[in-house]
Amino acid sequence: MEEVDVEPTTTPIPGFDSNQKHLGFVWGPGDILVYETIYKASGGSAGGCPFVHEVRKDEDIYSPILRKLFNESHHIFVGLQRIREDLPSKNKKPQFVSISKNYRSVIRACMEELQQVAGIVSILLAVELIWNLCEVLFIDAAPAGSLVLHLLDWVRLHKADVDEKAREVLASESPAEHQAYWDVVISYVLQGRMDEARQVLVKQAALQPAARVMFKLLDNLLMKMPIFNPGETQTLTEFDVKWRHWREEVDHCLQDQSFASNRHLEDICKILVGDEDVLLEYKELLSTWYHFLVTRLLFSHPTVKPTELHYYAQSSMHMFLDTRSVPEPLDSILLAAFEFDIHQVIKDCSIALNNWWFVGHLTDLLDHCKLLQSHNLHFGSNLREFLLLEYASGLFTHHSLWQLAVDYFDHCPEFGRVYLELQIERVPLDTERKALKVIRICEQRQMTEQVRSICKIMAKKALRNNRLGSALSWSIRAKDAAFATLISERFLQDYCAKGTFSDLDLIDNLGPAMLLSDRLTFLGKYREFHRLYGEKRFSDAAKLLLSLMTAKIAPHSFWMTLLTDALPLLEQKEVIFSADQTHELMFCLEELTSGKSVPTPDRPMQDEDIETTKIELLRLALARNLAMAIVKEGTVEV
Amino acid sequence: MEGINAKYVSKKISKTRWRPVSSSSLQQPDIFATGSWDNEDNSISIWSIGENGVSSMGDEFEGDPQLLCEYKHNGDVLDLQFLDQDRIVTASSTGAVTIFRHHHNSQTLSVSQLWERAHHYPCNNAPCTGVVCNSPEIVTVGEDGRIMLFRADQEGVLRTIEKADSSAIHAVTFLRTTEILTVNSIGQLKLWDFRQPGNEPSQILSLTGDRVPLHCVDRHPNQQHIVATGGQDGMLCIWDVRQGNMPISLMEAHTSEMWEVHFHPSNPGHLFSCSEDGSLLHWETSSNTDTPSFLQGGRNTSIISRSAIAPTGGNQSLINAWLTGDSSKGHLETTHMLPSQMLSVNSLDVLGQCLVCGTDGEAIYVNRHVPI
Repeated sequence: MEEVDVEPTTTPIPGFDSNQKHLGFVWGPGDILVYETIYKASGGSAGGCPFVHEVRKDEDIYSPILRKLFNESHHIFVGLQRIREDLPSKNKKPQFVSISKNYRSVIRACMEELQQVAGIVSILLAVELIWNLCEVLFIDAAPAGSLVLHLLDWVRLHKADVDEKAREVLASESPAEHQAYWDVVISYVLQGRMDEARQVLVKQAALQPAARVMFKLLDNLLMKMPIFNPGETQTLTEFDVKWRHWREEVDHCLQDQSFASNRHLEDICKILVGDEDVLLEYKELLSTWYHFLVTRLLFSHPTVKPTELHYYAQSSMHMFLDTRSVPEPLDSILLAAFEFDIHQVIKDCSIALNNWWFVGHLTDLLDHCKLLQSHNLHFGSNLREFLLLEYASGLFTHHSLWQLAVDYFDHCPEFGRVYLELQIERVPLDTERKALKVIRICEQRQMTEQVRSICKIMAKKALRNNRLGSALSWSIRAKDAAFATLISERFLQDYCAKGTFSDLDLIDNLGPAMLLSDRLTFLGKYREFHRLYGEKRFSDAAKLLLSLMTAKIAPHSFWMTLLTDALPLLEQKEVIFSADQTHELMFCLEELTSGKSVPTPDRPMQDEDIETTKIELLRLALARNLAMAIVKEGTVEV
Repeated sequence: MEGINAKYVSKKISKTRWRPVSSSSLQQPDIFATGSWDNEDNSISIWSIGENGVSSMGDEFEGDPQLLCEYKHNGDVLDLQFLDQDRIVTASSTGAVTIFRHHHNSQTLSVSQLWERAHHYPCNNAPCTGVVCNSPEIVTVGEDGRIMLFRADQEGVLRTIEKADSSAIHAVTFLRTTEILTVNSIGQLKLWDFRQPGNEPSQILSLTGDRVPLHCVDRHPNQQHIVATGGQDGMLCIWDVRQGNMPISLMEAHTSEMWEVHFHPSNPGHLFSCSEDGSLLHWETSSNTDTPSFLQGGRNTSIISRSAIAPTGGNQSLINAWLTGDSSKGHLETTHMLPSQMLSVNSLDVLGQCLVCGTDGEAIYVNRHVPI
């Protein structure tokens, strides 16, 4: 068994003393049911406790605002899966980048709404930060030169308070004398926003006309700072040369003591040269080691290559953070990203977060970019599929979000279907409408077993409530002949008991559904017989009745009833059954009575009497009818 | 170029309905109600688009529906209708029929009347699946096969048609003031006349051939004998109830269950249907059919998700153009009104030029410029 990476967290169960009793538990799909057993820790047993506790790890899926995250990202996920595989990867990169941006904008939208709930907001902030970095490093895969620019964008996006401060300062009466004035200027410089820095500096310059030359000099330096432009024809080496040239100029100014009179301006100049000690003095403005890293790169190594990043990342982290402080999970994740160790990033995120949403979607996107080597896990599927399965299984435990999970399972080629088959049967079915949706999902994926079992559940429910029509429509959907037979039996029993049919609207309008089961066909035809009789179409009725018995559509148990139904037809004044037909009826009667020759002891005498009376009446009627039929057929009209 | 805004609301939407506007005013509707389903706490909500509601932040999402008020609802909202400007009737999966009152001044909802066990089986509750009103009368139908007639402001039941159907009744609509039409899960349309006593329908219509369960029905606004139905197989049928058993026309519309079908109330040459397969179709009978609409004027719809701050640029899989399809009848055009890859569209309503629909993806879509 693998070692655990972190110590598992302990969750105390309220009202339970682990020293006293043993705890029993059982795993659920996303939670554990825990109960107090009667067994004492010291042996022996005592009275039990009536409570069962449900311990859930992931509360997030129940947050209404995060639900929007799940729904919107589901939409993006499905869109991503449908990108055509045959496009060359060159064309796909911008698509992947825009999908990544989509995911991030969904996260940001959630954050805006969640401003009150601090805990989740900070997690989302971290999540978006990590995702953004992954997008820059892995998906966009910026080469040297643009890399620093992208990282700068990344840092700027996550340090939005600078603009707020700047607004405050500029809005004040005398901006240059504002307390936070220099903080704003330096922050802009640290973020590489030279134009804004210059604009704010102008205010100070206006206040100190004597030092105009100094300010002009700095302004000039800031303006001339070369920024790599990937679109232009300038190569990296050309840019490097220009940049070194500029840096020398700045260094020159420093050596010349041009800014010695103004400490702030001198600091800015030192920052421009990339003086790390000065940078570290402004730790508070930088606030994070990765900001420090990017600023350092901007002013010392703007042409850094992606492969060199991790040296600087590690050293920046060490320089910035106290050696005593424990690195936060976020820091180690970012460090792993700078080291281009995707698997470590995913692993650390999985441990740090309690919901598989982030790792699942990110891994899926990275997999589409073909950045994950196929890593065979002990469980047989690859990393992407494993994470998506975990995420979707978590979704399935939610009373409403289970529908999203279906699409995720669809896109897990190895185990998705099996998971879906197991989970879909456990969705509670309160209304017909929900059952229809679940069945539709199963039918679309050819899960006939599940369709049949769900239809059977619904049919049984309907039958229990005496809704025979509903039960029948469910059996038709499942093409369940056995159940249709059961329902027909119920109808026939009702008829025998009451003498009339219930639910005529159903039986009269069966249509082709009649053919689903023999019994059902019989029911339909039998009803037709009654209708024909009602319409006084006696010869048609007679023919139908006979065919029901001779074609063996009617069950044997019903033959007595059929023959009894034949009685009124036999008793009519005019002859309805022909001689042949009468012979057949007699044959049927004989077949019936020969099986009943031995009277059974448990049948009461009355029943016996009724039976024999009926049979005798029938025999008499048949004989009379035969006689009349022979006479009628033998008569020749003169 | 008009966009359809998606508004994610954290609940699966089962019904959406516009509040009626008085026929004299030419205003477009601006308030709609939604009902949710499949949630532990379901609710009905009132939303506003346009000037009436609280102004949205920023102008980029003009017309974004704003929530005015919400009220807890017991059970799934299986049907929802506006009784009048202030009152909404809902049908619940617990078998209850509730009238909610919307107080405009305080923007709150309250329960005005409740019939708790309107639909039930002998031992437990049966979901009430459809409600239709003709103020002050309310007709409801349920899975128990009963038809109930209520009157708003009166406590008791006005009339019950017991054992109206041996299968579940899925939808109901008024044909005339005293006649209703119901559809059930064995594919039958039944006409009921309230002037006649007894529990028998005055007429039963059904397709010969496979009896497919029918889920929705709507009557033509001007011609009271023309009715459209949609069912489990996604086929759209137009019936003439005066003429026997055959529908006038059968059209393949969707690939799975059609949940709702609506004639446009003022332009009956337009029909809208929505389905489990995630599509919403707009059917148009047009006089000239030489050029399909995608060649005329190049209309393009893009979906603007409320959260998409960064435009998606060249991502074709998320932007969809209006697709057109020809039906077998030469003079009928259909257009898809929503992008593809959606979960089931459960409900739609159209009034004037505005269309609102709700999906299982927990989103509401509003289109204020329906081309009619």
